[in-house]
Amino acid sequence: MVVRALRDEGVKYIYGYPGGALLHVYDALFQQEDVQHILVRHEQAATHMADAYARATGKAGVALVTSGPGATNAVTGIATAFTDSIPMVVITGQVMSHLIGEDAFQETDMLGISRPIVKHNFSVQRAEDIPATIKKAFYIAQSGRPGPVVVDIPKDMTTPTDRFPYEYPKSVKLRSYNPISRGHSGQIRKAVDMLLQARRPVIYSGGGIVIGDASAELTELAQLLNFPVTNTLMGLGGYPGTDRQFVGMLGMHGSYEANMAMHHADLILAVGARFDDRVTNATDKFCPTARIIHIDIDPASISKTIRADVPIVGPSKVVLEEMVGLVKESSKKPDAQALDSWWKQIDEWRGRHGGHYRTDDSELMKPQQVIEMLSKVTNGDAYVCSDVGQHQMFAAQYYKFNKPNRWINSGGLGTMGFGLPAAMGVKMNFPDADVACVTGEGSIQMNIQELSTCKQYDLPVKILCLNNQSLGMVRQWQDMNYESRHSQSYMKSLPDFVKLVEAYGHVGMKVDKYADLEGAMREAFALKDRLVFMDIAVDPFEHVYPMQVPRGSMRDMWLSKTERT
Amino acid sequence: MRHIISVLMENEPGALSRVVGLFSQRNYNIESLTVAPTEDSTLSRLTVTTIGDDRVVEQITKQLNKLIDVVKVVDLTEGDHIERELMMIKLKANGQMRAEIKRTCDIFRGQIIDVTPNTYTVQLIGASDKLDAFIASLGNTTSIMEVVRSGVSGIARGEKVLSL
Ligand SMILES: Cc1cc2nc3c(=O)[nH]c(=O)nc-3n(C[C@H](O)[C@H](O)[C@H](O)COP(=O)(O)OP(=O)(O)OC[C@H]3O[C@@H](n4cnc5c(N)ncnc54)[C@H](O)[C@@H]3O)c2cc1C
Ligand SMILES: Cc1ncc(C[n+]2csc(CCOP(=O)(O)OP(=O)(O)O)c2C)c(N)n1
Repeated sequence: MVVRALRDEGVKYIYGYPGGALLHVYDALFQQEDVQHILVRHEQAATHMADAYARATGKAGVALVTSGPGATNAVTGIATAFTDSIPMVVITGQVMSHLIGEDAFQETDMLGISRPIVKHNFSVQRAEDIPATIKKAFYIAQSGRPGPVVVDIPKDMTTPTDRFPYEYPKSVKLRSYNPISRGHSGQIRKAVDMLLQARRPVIYSGGGIVIGDASAELTELAQLLNFPVTNTLMGLGGYPGTDRQFVGMLGMHGSYEANMAMHHADLILAVGARFDDRVTNATDKFCPTARIIHIDIDPASISKTIRADVPIVGPSKVVLEEMVGLVKESSKKPDAQALDSWWKQIDEWRGRHGGHYRTDDSELMKPQQVIEMLSKVTNGDAYVCSDVGQHQMFAAQYYKFNKPNRWINSGGLGTMGFGLPAAMGVKMNFPDADVACVTGEGSIQMNIQELSTCKQYDLPVKILCLNNQSLGMVRQWQDMNYESRHSQSYMKSLPDFVKLVEAYGHVGMKVDKYADLEGAMREAFALKDRLVFMDIAVDPFEHVYPMQVPRGSMRDMWLSKTERT
Repeated sequence: MRHIISVLMENEPGALSRVVGLFSQRNYNIESLTVAPTEDSTLSRLTVTTIGDDRVVEQITKQLNKLIDVVKVVDLTEGDHIERELMMIKLKANGQMRAEIKRTCDIFRGQIIDVTPNTYTVQLIGASDKLDAFIASLGNTTSIMEVVRSGVSGIARGEKVLSL
C-alpha cells in the first residue's frame, strides 16, 4: 500500500536505504517499476537528495529509511529541510506495533525525535490508513509554508498477506489546517500606496519567492516600479542576478551596496523572507528610517524579529500579482526624481566597493576567481549545489543566478555534507542540465561515500572542491575574533582526492594555477557522461568580505582585512 | 504579563506533546497547563497560562496556530473572562486549630472533603490568586502537608465561544 500510494501520488524517484522494519516495503518495491528507488550509502544523503529535488522543482521529495539508526541518520536531513521550509516526505520504518515502547531492537521514538524539526508527523496505527496518511503528508508538506513531514510505519502495518481495500484519496481536507490562499486586499492597497510614495525603497526578497514560484511576479513588480532588489541567501535567483536593479545579496556577507541601501531606505518591501539574524545584524539598529511592508505566508514569520508596519499574510505569487495589477491601474506613479537620486546613490556605493577582491597579493588562485569562471563556463545557467563554508558564500556572491531554483544550498541549518547529495538529487531529475557541486575539502568529506551512489546510477555531476586546506569559515572567525588561534580548523591529513575519486570509478583533476582553470573546467563540463572531481587549490588565507561587524547595524561592515565602514 | 491561552485541538495521540514541546523548544514559559476532551470527544480543550510580553505572547499564539493538530487559539486575557482553579490541600488539624481552619475555609468558601483525627483535606475553587491567599492565610494557623492544584481553566464571558 505504501508503494501504491507513492505511485498514485506521481512519485518517480524515492531515495532510501533498507532495513528490517522496511523489508515488506522493499519487497513491494522490487515487484513494480513505477516508483524507482535510489540506494544511497548513508541515509543523510537520501534526505538531501529528496530535499534538493524539492528545491529544484517545488514538489516534495521522498526519502525512505528504516527504523532506529536509519531514522536517526535521516535527522540532519530533515532538520535541513525544515529550517529552509522545503517540502519533503520521509517515510520511516518502525518496529512492530506491539513492540513499541519495549526498547525493541532498532526502536527509536521517531515521532518524538523528529517533532521539533518537522512541519508534522504521523504514526500509522492501522494499515488501512496508509493511503490517506500518505496523501495528507504530501498535502501538508507542499501547501502553506512548506516543510518536511515524517510518516512512521510499524512493520506489521505493511505485512503483504494482510489485505485491505485500497483507495488513494483525490484530495484531503483537514479541519485544523487551512493554508491561506490570498492576502488581505485592504492591506495590499495600503502597501501599494506606500510603494508609490517611496523615495528610497528596497525590495528584500527571500526563499519564499523561490519555493513560492513568484519570481516572474517579483520581477515584473520591481521593474514596473524601478526599485532596487536584494535577495537573501535563500532567495538568490528569485530576481535575475545580472539585471541592473539587482544589488546583490544582503546580510552578514551581503554586498556593500545592498546593505547600505537597506540601512538608508525609507521603505522596505520584504517578501518571502524572515528577517534572519544573519540578515538583520543587531535588530535594535536595523534600518532606522525604514517603514516595513512584510509579505509572508506564515503569520509567525511576520513581526517575529522585526516589527512590520504593514503585515500581509498570503502566498507571494498571489499577493505580488495583485500588487502588479494595482500599480498598473493606479493614477499615481512612482516618484521618478526621488528614485533617480536614490539610484545615483546606490550606483555610487556599487562603484566604490561592489564585488571587489584582490588578486595581486599572492600567487595563489582566489576562490572568487573559480566561481566567476564557473559562472562564465556555464553561462550562469547551471544548477549550483553548495556545501557550507566560505566556498558557499563565494558561490552566492559571484555566481550570477538568472533563474530561480538553480541555487541549491543549506542556509538556515548550514549543513556541511549537503552539497554532493543535493547535486545528485538534481542531476537525477534533470539529466541534461549542468549540475555543479561547489564544496570545500571539509564539507565534501562529510558525505563523500556518495561517490559510490553516483557510480551506480550514473550521475555525472561536476564537483568543484575549493581546497584551502582548512575549515576556512571557522578559520576566518578565528582570524577575526580569536587572534588567529586556529583551533582545530586545519586539516592535516587530506586524502589525494584525485586518486580517491578514481577509486570510485570517476575522473579526478587537480588544478593549482589560474592559467589552467578555464581549460580544465571546460574539459570537465564537456565530459558529459562522467563525474569529474576538480580539486582546486585556492588561497588558504582568503576571507569572505564584506562581513558585518557583530552587534552593529546593516551598514557596519568589514570590507577587507584592513578596511571598515 | 500573565496570559491565559485556550487551545482547541484534535484529540489525538501526540497532540499534547506537540504543544508542550513547542513551549520548551521555543523557550516559552508554562505556569500551568490543563487539558481534557470536550463535549465532542474528537476535540480537546487545553488551557495554558504563561508569562511574557506582548511580542512573545503574539508569537506563542501564532506558533500554536501553526501546529497542524490545533484548530483554534484564543488569548482569554484579551477580553473579559472567567478563570478557575481547583485546589485540594491537606492540613495538619488537631485541637483548637480545627475550628480556626474551619472558619478560614468558610471565609474562602472552601469545603472540607476528608477528615482524620489529625488532618483536614480542603477543596477550594477560585481564581489562582484566591487559592494563593488561602494558603497564605493558613500560614500562622497550621502546617500544610500537601497541596495539589489543577492549573487554570478559563472561559470567555458573554456570548463568545471557542468552538469549531
Ligand atoms: C555560513 C553562512 C552564512 C550566511 N550568511 C548569510 C548572509 O550573508 N545573508 C543571508 O541572507 N543569509 C545568510 N545565511 C543564510 C541564513 O542563515 C538564512 O538561511 C537566510 O537568511 C534565510 O533566508 P530567507 O529570509 O529568505 O528565509 P527562508 O528560510 O528561505 O524562509 C522563507 C520565508 O518565506 C516564507 N514563505 C515560504 N513560502 C512562501 C510563499 N509561497 N509565499 C510567501 N512566503 C513564503 C516562509 O514562511 C519564510 O518566512 C548564511 C548561512 C550560512 C550557513
Ligand atoms: C555538519 C556541520 N558541522 C560543523 C559546521 C560548522 N562549520 C561551518 S563552516 C565550516 C568549515 C567548512 O569547511 P570547508 O568545507 O572546507 O569549506 P571552506 O569554509 O574552507 O570553504 C564548519 C566546520 C557546519 N556548518 N556543519
